[in-house]
Amino acid sequence: MSSLDRSDVARLAGLARIDMSDADLDRLSGQLAVIVDAVAKVAEVAGEDVPATSHPIPMANIHREDVVRPSLAQDAALSGAPDAEDGRFRVPQILGEEA
Amino acid sequence: MTTMTYEQAMEEFDPVFGIEVHVELNTKTKMFCGCANEFGAEPNTQVCPVCLGLPGAMPVTNQKAVESAIRLGLALGCSIRESSRFARKNYFYPDLSKDYQISQYDEPTCYEGSLDVVLDDGTVVTVAIERAHMEEDAGKNTHVGGSGGIQGADYSLVDYNRGGVPLVEIVTKPITGMGDRTAEVARAYVATIRDIVRGLGISDGRMEQGSVRADVNLSLRPKGVAGESQDDVPFGKRSETKNVNSLRAIERAVRFEASRQASLLLAGKPVVQETRHWHEDTSSTTPGRSKEEAEDYRYFPEPDLLPVEPAREWVEELRGTIPEHPAKMRARLREEWGFSDLEMRDAVAADALDLIASTVAAGTSAQAARKWWMGELSRVANDREVALAALPVTPAGIAELQGLIDSGKINDKLARQALEGVLAGEGSPSEVVASRGLEVVSDDSALEKAVDDALAAQPDVLAKIQDGKVQAAGAIVGAVMKATRGQADAGRVREIILQRAGVEG
Amino acid sequence: MSETSSLTDWTRATAARMADALAAGEVTSVELVQAHLDRIAAVDGPVHAFLHIDAEGALETARAVDADRAAGVSLPRLAGVPIGIKDVLVTKGLPTTAGSRILEGWIPPYDATVTRRVREARMPILGKTNMDEFAMGSSTEHSGYGPTHNPWDLSRIPGGSGGGSAAALAAFEAPLTIGSDTGGSIRQPASVTATVGVKPTYGGVSRFGAIALASSLDQLGPCGRTVLDTALLHEVMGGHDEMDATSLDEPVPAVVSAALEGAAMDLTGVKVGVVRELSGADGGYQAGVTQRFEESLARLRDMGAEVVEVSCPSFEYALAAYYVILPSEASSNLAKFDSVRFGLRVERSTVEKTMLATRAEGFGDEVKRRIILGTYALSAGYYDAYYGSAQKVRTLVQRDFDAAFAQCDVLVSPTTPTTPFKIGERIDDPLAMYLNDIATIPANLAGIPGMSLPSGLAPEDGLPVGFQILAPAHEDARLYRIGAALEASLAAEWGGPLSAQAPELEVAQ
Repeated sequence: MSSLDRSDVARLAGLARIDMSDADLDRLSGQLAVIVDAVAKVAEVAGEDVPATSHPIPMANIHREDVVRPSLAQDAALSGAPDAEDGRFRVPQILGEEA
Repeated sequence: MTTMTYEQAMEEFDPVFGIEVHVELNTKTKMFCGCANEFGAEPNTQVCPVCLGLPGAMPVTNQKAVESAIRLGLALGCSIRESSRFARKNYFYPDLSKDYQISQYDEPTCYEGSLDVVLDDGTVVTVAIERAHMEEDAGKNTHVGGSGGIQGADYSLVDYNRGGVPLVEIVTKPITGMGDRTAEVARAYVATIRDIVRGLGISDGRMEQGSVRADVNLSLRPKGVAGESQDDVPFGKRSETKNVNSLRAIERAVRFEASRQASLLLAGKPVVQETRHWHEDTSSTTPGRSKEEAEDYRYFPEPDLLPVEPAREWVEELRGTIPEHPAKMRARLREEWGFSDLEMRDAVAADALDLIASTVAAGTSAQAARKWWMGELSRVANDREVALAALPVTPAGIAELQGLIDSGKINDKLARQALEGVLAGEGSPSEVVASRGLEVVSDDSALEKAVDDALAAQPDVLAKIQDGKVQAAGAIVGAVMKATRGQADAGRVREIILQRAGVEG
Repeated sequence: MSETSSLTDWTRATAARMADALAAGEVTSVELVQAHLDRIAAVDGPVHAFLHIDAEGALETARAVDADRAAGVSLPRLAGVPIGIKDVLVTKGLPTTAGSRILEGWIPPYDATVTRRVREARMPILGKTNMDEFAMGSSTEHSGYGPTHNPWDLSRIPGGSGGGSAAALAAFEAPLTIGSDTGGSIRQPASVTATVGVKPTYGGVSRFGAIALASSLDQLGPCGRTVLDTALLHEVMGGHDEMDATSLDEPVPAVVSAALEGAAMDLTGVKVGVVRELSGADGGYQAGVTQRFEESLARLRDMGAEVVEVSCPSFEYALAAYYVILPSEASSNLAKFDSVRFGLRVERSTVEKTMLATRAEGFGDEVKRRIILGTYALSAGYYDAYYGSAQKVRTLVQRDFDAAFAQCDVLVSPTTPTTPFKIGERIDDPLAMYLNDIATIPANLAGIPGMSLPSGLAPEDGLPVGFQILAPAHEDARLYRIGAALEASLAAEWGGPLSAQAPELEVAQ
């Protein structure tokens, strides 16, 4: 496994929607490369036959009855909004497509 | 560049297509929270910390949505996975409150099914289903300024009422070998899915409201050389046309994309693998914003939710609730009811099969039931711009009305007046007949007097009848009906007239 | 003010004593709350345990409790006893930031389940305690609002991420606080501040309303100055919650009675396992830490316990697995901080640029590092090597614990390899920082409960050393029984709790 380089960090920062200046990249890339190399050892120990554990306590089928609960009032829903208009959250221009 | 027609394209190339259908479930609440799942509320009034993605909130799966998804999977002939999981699909978009969508990835609940699709001429095509998985819907962006579309808008407004509404996404395997019937198969497939979800009662199946939405993938590949298997010819680059939301549009989108791609290929230009948008007004597609690299959704198991492990007995119990395939059911009903092809198609198109079936079950003849639902009631529904099923009259009510006619208590004309009363909320057909005094006048003395009065007013009629011109009695019948405001039994009136004329009917 | 209370510094009392005094009418809740508010005003400037103080809200609750008590209304055991809540828990109407600038000024429109339970227990909420940003850290230096200082030595870290909750206890600013533990964020601060902290079994306390760091590792838990106080709070917080699908549907373990039983100092028949990989046997642990640990083992033996050594070989990979799983889950959990519905917005011409700028400005470096790391570990082509492998290591760690618990009732180790280090000492060396949690992380990977309690001061620096106890899943009560026994044994020698030995803080006028 190859270590992380500066361009990888720039790409990942874009994917994670964090703007990074050249200074940020300089500062974080080196640290990240060291960490990535250190954690890469996870791949060394467990073989094919070891199952993955995604949840520490095994449980299944925890479901909720299909019963309506009260929603927030519109003003409470919008109370933390940086910007709102007509009962909706307002955001700057969306470029690109509907996902 | 020469533009090829769909037919020319299909002559030249071998189409491969696949369809992803999103079905919005009609559960009372959302997929992962207790907010109401209803269309059309004021913006951001059906939201809570969970579906709004507020810090700290956690999802809990809706049991009914799981049940609906499994029933849909069973209706599509899918296997139900013993242990399936939810996964997070990570991408940033303002209408996706948590900036990840809870979906299913490598362990969908329903997988490997197949569905028979019946084309208009009766041809049956079997479509292989890859998977049917559960996920949550996103909210809705409204674009302000510019043309109202996303391009050129000044800013956008987000309403999360739809965010978290339960969806089942059904994905086909690549469908090959359909040639020039590709567009027809695509349409019929989506229509069949729509009929199935309605039959299961798990979705209202209304494409115009977006409760059934389709994305269509299409690619073209060269036709193989004689002697070699077409299966060995690699697939071409495909386009994915998003949100094609009517049956007609599906057929048109396939036709458009086939001709577009064929024209490019024939001109020696490459087809770009991309997402495209469907435009209803121009019946064409345009490319979405091209991405520099493929999206990396970074799927991983949703740590806030536990595996779905439906008990075998429960799955079998649910299997027992799956209605028969819509095409088979239609063939059976057409046979039982003795409808013509046209009558059957009209009833299907009007979404009247269930209503007719219930009316028949309540004791009415199939033709009489059809006549009511496809005639008077369709006209009223059309005037009121509502679905037939939304009219304030039940199949049992129609059966009762027809029963009043069959017993001679009222005639057709009175029945229509009675129905008007029922639709106005005045009560059951019998109650309206009683309260409006709509019963046929069959008291002979009253009728005899009315006949005598009419004959006196038109003295020449009796002679005409006696001369053998029996049809002249019609004028008297009409006069009597007018005098009794339609409540006379026309047959009995005729008998009395003939008696007066001394001829036997 | 009654005569008794004027003679007593109530901030030094245990929560259990406060509860009894309230019930006996020796003191009022208003007096208790006011005493703590005064103490906070006097010492929190240099300690900086709190991010937000809700004096009026706490006094209002206290007045209502006093009125109800006067009217003879039956009240919960801790009614009227004040509490501090880690800023990771959402509190309706009270600012909640999780230590991040990206949430500055956010007032949640809802309560976390644990917040609701604290309110239902009628405990006045003094305020929100400081923490590393989104609980990422072991020193509270990564708080967006400045570090918390260790009351034992203000130039040193109070541990993290829950440094605020631990320092508030050590500085007598609150008798009880709530913490969250993803890799040691309750136990490690308890260790370096000579307080008690418990990470319950995963699912034992509802996470609904706790701002998520790593969902499969996070667990809320109680913090106190004594084992019994911690148990009392555990019973308030714990129990099934239908709003958290991962919540255990079983009764809260009887931790209070276990603490009372343990205080009798009889551990006959108890088998205690020393985990070789966590005991510093291979070196790397501070001498005084090892010394106090050995002494505590001797005390356990003296009380009748049998001490055996066990080995958990896969723990060698636990730290690496943890630093794959945590950043992966965190990168997804923190995506929602996107400037649309709450929190900071740095407005730009498009929504995408706005998100990029907001997250660049709102997140600190440690958060950015971990988000990038997690984004990498989950990305196409790397998932199997990193996240997939880490989940397998998790299975191996669980198997090691299963094997160890087949041989003994509890496992023990020093909580941290060293006593608290100087603020700033490891801030630029993330890997060195991560090593603080080497002994606490395995419990989170396996979902088992763990406790840290004081085992003394290291002779070389006079700073606190913590003793960690781990029990099998669902067996939280064992922690309290063993912990209370050790605590009683040590207190008998010290003539009271270790916390009483903390140096006097300079009091602001």
